[in-house]
Amino acid sequence: MSQETNVHPGMNLGYSDGEHEAEVKVFGFWVFVMSDLVTFGLVFAIFGTMAGATAGGPGPEDVTDLKSIALQTALLLGSSFGFSWASLSMKYHNQRWRTLGWLAVAATSALSFLIVEAIDFRDWYHMGAVPQRSGYLSALWALVGLHGLHVAGGLVWMAAMTGQILRYGLTDQIKSRVTRMGLYWHFLDIVWIGIFSMVFLAGVA
Amino acid sequence: MEMTDIFGRLSWADLVLLDVFRSPSVDTAVSSGAAWIMVLGAAAVLVWLTVAGRWGWLWRDWLTTVDHKKIGIMYITLGFIMMARGIAEGVVMRSYQATAYQGGAFLSEEHWAELFSTHGTVMIFFVAMPFITGFMNYLIPLQIGARDMAFPVLNQISLGLTGTGAALVMISLALGGFETGGWTAYPPFTGADFDPGPGPDYWVWSIVLSGFGSMFSGLNFAVTIYKMRAPGMDYLKMPVFCWTALCTSILLIFALPPLTVAGLMQALDRLLGFHFFTNDLGGNMMNYANLFWMFGHPEVYILILPAYGIFSELTATFAAKRLYGYRSLVMATMSIAVISFGVWLHHFFTMGQSPSINAAFGIATAIIAVPTGVKVYVWMATLWRGRIRMTTPMVYMTGFFILFTIGGFSGIILANPAINWQVHNTQFIVAHFHNVLLPGLIFGIFAGIHIWFPKAYGFRLHERAGTITAILWIVGFAMTFLPLYAVGLLGYPRRSAAFDDPAFLPYMYVSLTGAFILLAAFCGLFVTLWISIRNRDSLAVPLGDPWDGRTLEWATPSPPPPWNFPVIPQVSSLDAFAKEKAEGKPYVQPAEYRDIELPAPTSAGMVVMVSTTALGFALTWWIWWLAAAAAFGLVAYFFVRSFFEYPHIVIPAIEVQRVNEAWIEALHLCTPVNRDHEDDPRNRGHAATDMAIAS
Repeated sequence: MSQETNVHPGMNLGYSDGEHEAEVKVFGFWVFVMSDLVTFGLVFAIFGTMAGATAGGPGPEDVTDLKSIALQTALLLGSSFGFSWASLSMKYHNQRWRTLGWLAVAATSALSFLIVEAIDFRDWYHMGAVPQRSGYLSALWALVGLHGLHVAGGLVWMAAMTGQILRYGLTDQIKSRVTRMGLYWHFLDIVWIGIFSMVFLAGVA
Repeated sequence: MEMTDIFGRLSWADLVLLDVFRSPSVDTAVSSGAAWIMVLGAAAVLVWLTVAGRWGWLWRDWLTTVDHKKIGIMYITLGFIMMARGIAEGVVMRSYQATAYQGGAFLSEEHWAELFSTHGTVMIFFVAMPFITGFMNYLIPLQIGARDMAFPVLNQISLGLTGTGAALVMISLALGGFETGGWTAYPPFTGADFDPGPGPDYWVWSIVLSGFGSMFSGLNFAVTIYKMRAPGMDYLKMPVFCWTALCTSILLIFALPPLTVAGLMQALDRLLGFHFFTNDLGGNMMNYANLFWMFGHPEVYILILPAYGIFSELTATFAAKRLYGYRSLVMATMSIAVISFGVWLHHFFTMGQSPSINAAFGIATAIIAVPTGVKVYVWMATLWRGRIRMTTPMVYMTGFFILFTIGGFSGIILANPAINWQVHNTQFIVAHFHNVLLPGLIFGIFAGIHIWFPKAYGFRLHERAGTITAILWIVGFAMTFLPLYAVGLLGYPRRSAAFDDPAFLPYMYVSLTGAFILLAAFCGLFVTLWISIRNRDSLAVPLGDPWDGRTLEWATPSPPPPWNFPVIPQVSSLDAFAKEKAEGKPYVQPAEYRDIELPAPTSAGMVVMVSTTALGFALTWWIWWLAAAAAFGLVAYFFVRSFFEYPHIVIPAIEVQRVNEAWIEALHLCTPVNRDHEDDPRNRGHAATDMAIAS
């Protein structure tokens, strides 16, 4: 098979035996992302059924601070942008510092996103918009929190990747891992766009 | 430091073992007795391991292995351990109902509720699921000509997570007790307001943690089937079992998330006071019912599809014919997988939807019976004019055919919302789902064990003991569960702690008798195993093909070497091995042997199992330090582990050659045995083929 097609051009692994292995792993990760997407989809659906269940407590107009949300969106999309450059530099340049630099941009941006999001959570807490208050707030905290938890997990993963690149350089295995991490990272962006439009924009529209 | 800082809300009063001494009664004797049996049983195993010096063997050969065959065997072993508990509970439950006339039963009503909840949870999640996962583990790589799963370590981790779930349910027997809301654990009854715990918490964490394991199993199997098939094996040249396994895997990937979401939301409600499913402040318990059954209905097919796969392989092999209508069977399987996502609402027709919604789901439910019917006809057509050997697998098949069809028809009856409304929540439902799961799934598993046990261990199971056991299962099932259809129609509500109508009594007695026959049948399995082990020399089939099999796993010695195949086979047709035999050229020596790389053993699965068991236990009992330590330890372990190159073992080509040539040599020295002598000592696993390739 390896003689005929370059199955995973995104990694530029060449035509070695390792390619089939990388193909299997990336495909497996796609399947995982699919399953995770179902999880998010269900939490979105639950949020949808609970959008009106404010039980007299704070509603969407109280918890939505569009400035903060816009900032978070910019930071998270910026992080994805940085990650794309990390992937491209890994493919074309094969210089570990270049890739690490872009990973650092992606990580800083995502960390800032989490900080701004945490400030939002703190504000909600102070205005009494806690998940114990109503079904709507439960679903809001769970959905936004689930996404935030994914981003935080991704940051831990990125830390591990950084350490591994420092230690091993851009080996085939590391390239395959960075590619999978990229899938995860862009996937979280797409989920955020869902949250941005369905939870916050639709909430105040 | 307070005691609650260390032990959370756990106290001496939660120790079920001591209940019988604190307040002696039949009720506490049963619950404490069960707890003691478990504790002493576990202690006996530990003592045996120590005295026999088997710890190293257990650790090196089993707990740290990533060999899919051994992982499969461990899943099935776990299934049997848990089944012992499930069957014991079943017998106690039938005894309870036989004495429940006008409330005279010998257990408390709480205890009864706990029994039906644990029985369902154990049987579905920790008996049926490990059985099918074990079979898929064992068979998929062998049938598609691969050396292992796509992700061998993840496979071991899945087993660890399943073990975690089982461990938590078992711990609940001795500490604190399980929940009382049935295996579906509907809130708000299982919410913090009505049941502060720990029962529902045990349920949540055992289901959620083992659910991750099942999802990863599905992912692993699907990727293995998609990407690791031997060259030449197109999708329509795959063995039927692999098709059913693929559909089950797809269902696992998509159907487990709803269960996880439902479980975690329930946990948030219970631990942190969220309002997903509560009565007040905007909670909505219908969301739980929908989420649960979005998982729950595909789950039914997750369980039954691999059993269909086993029955398909069984009919073709034991009727010595090619499977009639392979493509229809594949299409039927796929259709079932797809439609199974569109029928979940039939589990709660009575919970307030509009009639048009009920009608839509009723129609979808009736439609799903069509592909199932196709399968029954496919099997019948395969048996038609076949040279059937009426051995143990075929006895199970016969029982399955008759009983499962009855169960299927009762399902079609239930698909009609108007009728469903009448029998809803009665014993009729209990009869129906036992009728499809026991003769459908469990008979399939036991038939499969008779077929593939010789593959795994190199000797056949004793035929007469096996047949007697199979008949006990069939008779026991019919006596236990068919009467429940009648009492259901007479209006006996399921799960009720007592009944007032003396008309139910005769049925209850028949059912109780049946339960004891089922208990005998369960013991029969171990008697069969015992007799077979004692006669293993005369039952030995080391050459690997005792039944004149059709698929690639039979083209290996029994048990297969850790690398499965000396070289990856080249496949050119369906039933590849049968074709080679019919053409007179099976067992070809490879031209060249190469070194084989296999993944090295790892303790990852055990680390996951120990840490997640600690996590689940800590969250159940509010032991926060332990929860934090377990979660941190788990993340840290994988963080650090990712820095190390995963080691491989290399099997030298010369060793592969030695093993393979010794086997082929032995095959040449052995006289092939024809199917009339399949069950006598002449069968050493080299079947003479008179297989008709055309149907």
